Amino acid sequence: MERIYLDNAATTRVRPEVAEAVLPAMMETYGNASSVHSFGREAKKAMEKARAQVAAAIGAKKEEIYFTAGGSEADNWAIKGAAHALRRKGLHIITTAIEHHAVLHTCQALEKEGFEVTYLPVDEYGLVTPEQVEAAIRPDTILVSVMAANNEIGTIEPIAEIGAVCRAHKVLFHTDAVQAVGHMPLDVAAMQIDMLSLSGHKFYAPKGVGALYIRTGVRIENLIEGGAQERSRRAGTENVPAIVGMGKAIELITAEMAEENARISGLRDRLIAGILDAIPESRLNGHPTKRLPGNVNVSIRYIEGEALLLSLDMAGIAASSGSACTSGSLDPSHVLLAIGLPHEIAHGSLRLTIGRDNTQAEIDRVLEELPKIVSRLRAMSPLYDDRTL
Amino acid sequence: MYSEKVMDHFTNPRNVGEIADASGVGTVGNAKCGDIMRIYLKIENGIIEDVKFKTFGCGAAIATSSMATEMVKGKSIEEAMKLTNKAVAEALDGLPPVKMHCSLLAEQALKEALEDYFKKNNLPLPEGFEKPDAEHEEIPEEA
Repeated sequence: MERIYLDNAATTRVRPEVAEAVLPAMMETYGNASSVHSFGREAKKAMEKARAQVAAAIGAKKEEIYFTAGGSEADNWAIKGAAHALRRKGLHIITTAIEHHAVLHTCQALEKEGFEVTYLPVDEYGLVTPEQVEAAIRPDTILVSVMAANNEIGTIEPIAEIGAVCRAHKVLFHTDAVQAVGHMPLDVAAMQIDMLSLSGHKFYAPKGVGALYIRTGVRIENLIEGGAQERSRRAGTENVPAIVGMGKAIELITAEMAEENARISGLRDRLIAGILDAIPESRLNGHPTKRLPGNVNVSIRYIEGEALLLSLDMAGIAASSGSACTSGSLDPSHVLLAIGLPHEIAHGSLRLTIGRDNTQAEIDRVLEELPKIVSRLRAMSPLYDDRTL
Repeated sequence: MYSEKVMDHFTNPRNVGEIADASGVGTVGNAKCGDIMRIYLKIENGIIEDVKFKTFGCGAAIATSSMATEMVKGKSIEEAMKLTNKAVAEALDGLPPVKMHCSLLAEQALKEALEDYFKKNNLPLPEGFEKPDAEHEEIPEEA
């Protein structure tokens, strides 16, 4: 059985051109980028090329890109670093209820240190407005952190407008763009973004590498101490092979973005329409148009997400869910609850995320398998019997 | 994460369905927590002649329902009363710690169905008849 990978928001397959770029960075330019000798200089050169590639993709300057071990580290660093650097100015931070846990848990950790955090609610599509942000800003607000696009429901937030509000009020603006980079146009200058987190493995680079963009002039405290790497702001020997891979990957995906997004969003819309058409009492979660090109998130009533995932897996289809049983707690996804879904409907959510390797034939096979699985699970469900029609 | 037995009972669940003239029916759990189990019993001369279930829940919830019904089918009321969630989990070659509450639901649903049978027939609850606490167990930290 040919397997179908539809969990590209969780991670992606490294593309061949990227793997080809990574290999020589392990086998040939293997020096420590901080070393004086020729091995070190070669590694440094390869790394600086990647820095330029990352910077170009988001409209930043090369010296504004700092490599990290991934998106979570970038989020932690941006938020803790800014909070600690600005604590004499104020203790108030604004974020949203639907952020990734790398942001939410970092904010919660800061609350324990005495910071105060406002978690802005979102509408039924998962959108937050610039007006909400503006209304929440106080004289002691030091940081606003709003994600560029949501990892679960794919909703794209009005980042440029929020950036403008923050700049007008002279409040630092960080965006977690882990799901957005490479999948939608981003320009940190035009969007007035002060800090931006990104992660390589979301766009066909290896895992374990990411970056934080920090606008020139923005001072934040270090998270990782111990060496002069990354202009003394992030210690630790740079993961040059992964960094080289991320540079190559971001250059490729940016160059192909318009064409690939058109193809992938076509598959997305086919999948959404097919599911809503074939499965009664299913609904789309997230915004119908302000949406990442590869994201499909639906709730299917009367069945539970994990049972759905196991059944899909047995049919060779890899997906994910926001049900409690997949989160390791009794509560379903905080994002689905924030958009107003009742618990029982949130438990029956299914996320399918499309990437560059997926084909229309694969989407059609999902549309063939999924309704059969849903029928089987509904036939077993007491909720389906008890439903009021 | 699941044993082969759990996957077998999830893929080919035994005794799915309803019994129209059931001697006892028990429903436990709630949709808010993501699992509901309903067990139907057909009891004749103190023997569980037939048993069916319907479950809304994860893979473990469906598998434990299936296994619990298998374990009491053809047994006497006295034997069925002794079924524990631990025995159900063991029969499935174990469950991940976060899923143990699913096996507890199966035990609860069975005992609710037995209690329903006793009440419908104006029988006193037998000595030693105990239902486990209907609340969800705390999920262990190591999840």
